[in-house]
Amino acid sequence: MSAENILIISIVILLLPLVSFIINIFWGKKLGKLSSYIASTILGIDLILAILIFVNKVFGEYQVSSFIKNGINIITNNEIIQAKINWLNIGNFNLNLGIGIDNLASIMLIVVTLISFLVHIFSMIYMHDDKRFSRFYAYLGIFTFSMLGIVLANNLLNMYIFWELVGLSSYLLIGFWYEKDSAANAGKKAFLVNRVGDTGFFIGILMLFSVFGTLMFDDLFATIGSAETITAIANGSIHLPFGLDYQTYLTIAGILIFCGAIGKSAQFPLHVWLPDAMEGPTPVSALIHAATMVAAGVYMTAKIFPMLTADALNFIAIIGTITAFIAATIAVTQTDFKKVLAYSTVSQLGYMVMGLGIGAFSAGFFHLVTHAWFKAALFLGSGSVIHAMHVAMHNAHDHHTDPQNIFNMGGLRKNMKITYITFLIATIAISGVPLTSGFLSKDSILAGSLAFADLTGGLAWLVPIVGFGVAGLTAFYMFRLTILAFHGKPKTSIAKETKENSFKIVMPLVVLAILSIWIFYSPNPIDANSGWFMDKVKVPTSAVPIEYQRPSMIYEVALNHTLGEQAHSATEFEESMHHFHLPAMILSLLIAGAGITLAFLIYQFKIFNADNIEKQFKPLHTFSLNKWYFDELYDKTAIAFTMFVAKIMSYFDDKVIDGIVNGFAYVTRGVSKITGIFDNVVVDGAVNLVANVTGGLGAITRKLQTGKVQAYVALAFVGIIALIFIFI
Amino acid sequence: MNLEAVIFYLFALIIVASGGLVVLSKNIMHAAFALMFTLFGLAGFYAMLLSDFLAVSQIMIYVGGILVLIIFGVMLTSKITGVELKTGPIGKVNYLFGAAISVIIACGLSLLFTNSKWIEKPVDKIPDSSINAIGYSLLTEYILVFEVAAVLLLIALIGAALIAHKDQIIDSDASSNEISTNNDIKIKE
Amino acid sequence: MEIGLTHYLIVSAILFAMGIFAIITRKNAILVLMGLELILNAANLNFIAFARYGGLNVNGEIAALFVIIIAAAESAVALSIILNIYQNYHHVNVDEVETLKD
Repeated sequence: MSAENILIISIVILLLPLVSFIINIFWGKKLGKLSSYIASTILGIDLILAILIFVNKVFGEYQVSSFIKNGINIITNNEIIQAKINWLNIGNFNLNLGIGIDNLASIMLIVVTLISFLVHIFSMIYMHDDKRFSRFYAYLGIFTFSMLGIVLANNLLNMYIFWELVGLSSYLLIGFWYEKDSAANAGKKAFLVNRVGDTGFFIGILMLFSVFGTLMFDDLFATIGSAETITAIANGSIHLPFGLDYQTYLTIAGILIFCGAIGKSAQFPLHVWLPDAMEGPTPVSALIHAATMVAAGVYMTAKIFPMLTADALNFIAIIGTITAFIAATIAVTQTDFKKVLAYSTVSQLGYMVMGLGIGAFSAGFFHLVTHAWFKAALFLGSGSVIHAMHVAMHNAHDHHTDPQNIFNMGGLRKNMKITYITFLIATIAISGVPLTSGFLSKDSILAGSLAFADLTGGLAWLVPIVGFGVAGLTAFYMFRLTILAFHGKPKTSIAKETKENSFKIVMPLVVLAILSIWIFYSPNPIDANSGWFMDKVKVPTSAVPIEYQRPSMIYEVALNHTLGEQAHSATEFEESMHHFHLPAMILSLLIAGAGITLAFLIYQFKIFNADNIEKQFKPLHTFSLNKWYFDELYDKTAIAFTMFVAKIMSYFDDKVIDGIVNGFAYVTRGVSKITGIFDNVVVDGAVNLVANVTGGLGAITRKLQTGKVQAYVALAFVGIIALIFIFI
Repeated sequence: MNLEAVIFYLFALIIVASGGLVVLSKNIMHAAFALMFTLFGLAGFYAMLLSDFLAVSQIMIYVGGILVLIIFGVMLTSKITGVELKTGPIGKVNYLFGAAISVIIACGLSLLFTNSKWIEKPVDKIPDSSINAIGYSLLTEYILVFEVAAVLLLIALIGAALIAHKDQIIDSDASSNEISTNNDIKIKE
Repeated sequence: MEIGLTHYLIVSAILFAMGIFAIITRKNAILVLMGLELILNAANLNFIAFARYGGLNVNGEIAALFVIIIAAAESAVALSIILNIYQNYHHVNVDEVETLKD
């Protein structure tokens, strides 16, 4: 397929969900249940087109070419097919928009459209009784649209526009049941917390634009590391903001842009919105957690990867590690079905970010994709369970049982066989058991962390330690969830009454569970490097000057590379990673196995009493159950500080501003009183005088007008006499 | 003093005396009858002035028509009991004022008439009757004025009937009650 | 002294003054109307006198004739108005009919 066709099709992919949105938002009420079929059909077409692009782009060869057609600059090479449109021209100020399809984008297209399509199908049943049914599909449409916009962006401006659209649509969907206060608040929280990160993102974009004058990824990367830029900065013809030196400037810009990812991908310290976002409908959770919103941050970090300096990468790695650890420890004690999955997502996102930060680019992105499948499966599985619980509750006329609490479930395995099997496959995948996709990606990240620690030394060893620890914790809490929900005996009568859901709910689960199997990514179930994925998603060449790069990641031939030419020789890091592959695999197997065993011992076979353990580690358990008191901490610090400042401002307003305003009012009133007196006495007096004089004259002359005809006649004759005497 | 002078002064006396009675009498009926004598006196003057047709017209139209009309008016607008038939002047100040104006005008006009040097062209040939000349003039020189006068009379006839008749329809109830309870009805405007 | 134009004119002047006196001073509308008739007759007397002595001849008589016609029309209309006033006010006192004042 030609490059032009690929671009046209990708624009169609981008716009189709928008069409779905427009149809459902304007004619949704008339369409009724039909709106779900329309939206699903549109997403189905979208998915087919995405597969078409994926096959053609990832497995196709493209000649290097660059030409302008109809004012659109179309640039093709084997890495990326992109189109640039000049959007805004003011003097020397140029802003370009455009779309670009590289391997990352074409893979993400499939992830987004497939999961969105499955969520559409799933929601047909799950949201069937909702009064805003068509509105829900409209929001799904715009959510998918904005995420596809991020995926297809080939510049930071496009990305930022759709980034904010994602923020908006997540707000709409998380707060979809806005009649519930908790849902409305969760929507607001997600939006506001994201704003914090987005502000950093925007400042970063402006920093880059002010210096380099472009936001196109390829132009930007070409400029950052070029010799002209470096000499221009050295002789002062390019001014860096705040008088920073080039390395610090690049690091700060990279970290600020990464701030956007901290917000969207729920990294520490802005992860607090994500668990609350569980207030949205479960299909929305699946969409947010697997395919759209949280993936956006990681995807963006992968896109800007070439411009990150060694320090920025270290920062990213640290953030990812902390996030993975905190979230995993919290997930262990949660009792809400969806909350466990939410913290699991945060933890896995930490993994991905950590993978990117340590330099295991392919592994990190790989984990994003594999995680999308099994996390979507887990969420839709939980949705299936919750729906079944709801139906059972509805039949039993029970409105008090919490359908999401795992201690109200149990024994669902027998009632919901397909849900159980798919859920178990996804759990195994997330725990990192061989023969699953999760094993492949996680293993690569862990190997990367070992290589990173080995090459860096010192405190860097904390990264693999946390990584392995989190792997064990993940295996433990995921199996705890599965065992508590599906194994054993039903803990409530409701759980006993649950039934397997219909085809439209089960089908997406099956599809996603199948996609969690290793065979789709690598023929060798224990080595991802032999698969197409690692081959097609390579670490991009760093764009920053070579002295700012992490030494272990410098390509040997990168010294005189030109853009578009792939450097194939392995770096020191890659070799080390390869070297650590086997130890990492063995270690992770052991640790995951230990976690799974522990979960079975405690919750399945009850050899250790969970309550006793809980009592022994009471402070730790409380600490974890309360999510490390992050919300309280933010309440006491950030929010309290904001409130304090607001109070000062309010006091200032009340006393100073209002004082000034009131003073002016007082003075004005005084002046107006004086002018009022002047008006009343002098002006009105003059007016009244004139009126009175006129009136008096009128009253006098009025006497002459007696209304008596005879008087008039008499006067007329007096006049005649007078005339006679005058003229004769 | 010849006969003509005697007759002139006789008629002049009748006219002035009865005219004074008209303007001074308190009784309207007396005034009306005094007016009749004034008009007769004037008719005599016309005859003396060789206008026999005018003299006859004066008697027929004024005495036979207008005066009867006025007497009808008096009858219709006054109480027959007689109390209302007597009517006085409107006030002493006005009375004196009016008298003064009248005297000034009378004196002034008399002075004017006596002091003026009139070019007198007495009609030498005394015709048998002026009626022939008048009829001829009316149908030749004054034909338009004659016709307009006819229309004027018609309009006056219709207008008078309309004005007097209109309110009788509107106040049909009031006028029917008027006979018995005349004083009780208050008419607004 | 031979009776001439001036004698008739003086009589007419007196008659005219009396008419004015009646118009100005009398209360009753019908008497006012009579005063008006006196004035018209004074004018008529002048016309006839000039017809005889001033050379107007038949023209003066015709003018007098039209005055009589107009007087007839006038008195008819005036009387109907007086009747109307009487119906509204139950009197015909001209000095009390003063709505024009307002």
